[in-house]
Amino acid sequence: MDAVSIDGLSKDYGSLKALSEVSLTIAEGAFFALLGPNGAGKSTLINILAGLTRATSGRAAVLGCDVRRQWRKARHQLGVVPQELAYDPFFTVREMLTLQSGYFGLGKENRPWLNELIVALDLEDKIDTTMNHLSGGMKRRVLVAQALVHRPPVVILDEPTAGVDVALRAQLWSFIRGLNAKGHTIILTTHYLEEAESMCEKIAILDRGRLVALAPKDELLSRYSWRQLRLQLMPESTVVLPDVLEAKRQAAPQGELLLRLHREHDHIGEVLAALEQTGVKFSDLRIHEPGLTEVYTEVTEANNHA
Amino acid sequence: MPNFYGLYILFAREVWRFLKVSIQTILTPVITVLLYLLIFSSVISSSREMLPGVNYLTFLVPGLMVMAMLQNAFANSSSSLFQARMNGNVIFILLAPISDFEFYLAFVGAAVARGLLVGIGVWLASCYFAVVPLSHPLFALLLVFFCCGSLGALGLVSAIIADKWDHISAFQNFVIVPFSFLSGVFFSISDLPTFWQRASHFNPFFYLVDGFRFTCLGVSEVSVLTSICVGAVFFVLSSFWALCLLRRGYNLRS
Ligand SMILES: Nc1ncnc2c1ncn2[C@@H]1O[C@H](COP(=O)(O)OP(=O)(O)OP(=O)(O)O)[C@@H](O)[C@H]1O
Ligand SMILES: [Mg+2]
Repeated sequence: MDAVSIDGLSKDYGSLKALSEVSLTIAEGAFFALLGPNGAGKSTLINILAGLTRATSGRAAVLGCDVRRQWRKARHQLGVVPQELAYDPFFTVREMLTLQSGYFGLGKENRPWLNELIVALDLEDKIDTTMNHLSGGMKRRVLVAQALVHRPPVVILDEPTAGVDVALRAQLWSFIRGLNAKGHTIILTTHYLEEAESMCEKIAILDRGRLVALAPKDELLSRYSWRQLRLQLMPESTVVLPDVLEAKRQAAPQGELLLRLHREHDHIGEVLAALEQTGVKFSDLRIHEPGLTEVYTEVTEANNHA
Repeated sequence: MPNFYGLYILFAREVWRFLKVSIQTILTPVITVLLYLLIFSSVISSSREMLPGVNYLTFLVPGLMVMAMLQNAFANSSSSLFQARMNGNVIFILLAPISDFEFYLAFVGAAVARGLLVGIGVWLASCYFAVVPLSHPLFALLLVFFCCGSLGALGLVSAIIADKWDHISAFQNFVIVPFSFLSGVFFSISDLPTFWQRASHFNPFFYLVDGFRFTCLGVSEVSVLTSICVGAVFFVLSSFWALCLLRRGYNLRS
């Protein structure tokens, strides 16, 4: 069964189409990234899954439970870490976690799990601190713990690492990876593309409410067919390129030559030989393979022109 | 399957919240009422007969109790929900498997609990001035329930509709306070000019005050059954309003 299945989902805010006709499925156990620029509709999609927002049309289900018709079951299956740092100023960390677990119908029997979460997220020192006395990063950790009180099989994290320092970010990621290893489906949004690239297996890109890419990471990366050859020129070297190569030339700092090469059509060996012939002398050479950033930029720019 | 435990925890959370700030939520309203009693007892001769066989202070206490209960029931649900909306932490409830009706029950239940505690506090404090008996405890409980329940539901309504704190306090100061002042807490409406006398009969608070006074003192201006019926209708209507807004997800599930 799919962890999440979304079918023709649209959401209008007045004349603004926050989501239009989005359909996708996320397999159970997946590590899934939902990417897109600000205002793309990522949070809107998540909020619809969580029941915090109601779709204008279309359907969404979590582990086969429709989020509107079987809302109670769907909410049991889902843990959501919201994007905004929301907190309840009246209560301490432990009280918050106990209450949240209670809302899901879990009482004392859930204590050991709450304690486990407190340890795993490094909150032991703060359990008796009221929420408004915590730093931003700590609040973020409490949000993660709160989302997990009922051991949801599907976990959605909306920008979990926004405003979090490097060390904590690494810690959060290893915790999330651990969850995934234990079988939880992980869905996350982030604006740190390297994070998504290094962690996620499957990626969806939203732009202005439309799904513009949905593919396994490797496939998505291989779709981008350009790489860059960067040469460190010798001081005496003059560069007069034949037209074929000049067409591939890109702007580069003084003393460097930058060529944009097609992965399949441009043979690196041939290019280097051609350069040799025109008398280009270089001291160093680097090839930059495209990453998610390039794919992301290309896909979202294509959508802008569409 | 209803989520009884979740409902209980949400109710407990709401009660816990106001108990954590009980100086403001319980003590302050009791002291306010004490001040009223202090002022009125020194200005107005307590031997003045308001209803047959009832002197002014004894007349005053049940009305003040109702006024304190309804204002605090309203304040409880409105401020709790509105604050949760503004802080954003209302989403923790909205994410949980808690239905609209369970949500309503928990908030209104806590409003009733706070109203009840304030009412008891006011009664205890007023014993210094006049010991008011409770002649019909069952009717009294019913009226207190309708009174606090309705205002708890209206508190939810205003917390859902409001966009800023201003709107909540406007509702409090321009609706709740005038209606409770004009409900015959401080005077018998038969002392009013005919127009205001008639107008009072459209004020649900009047029935709550008058009915509750009957359950204490055994005398009233309209029949206690009328008051209970009006209270029930008021409760049903305000609850219906709150439940409709919750069902629509108005301002909560955008
Ligand atoms: N409650 C709302 N009322 C009106 N418009 C809204 C509301 N919530 C979101 N929007 C609009 O819907 C669009 C999508 O917003 P959303 O929050 O889903 O974007 P996002 O992809 O999460 O962006 P970010 O990366 O900045 O978090 C935006 O244009 C936003 O202004
Ligand atoms: Mg967002």
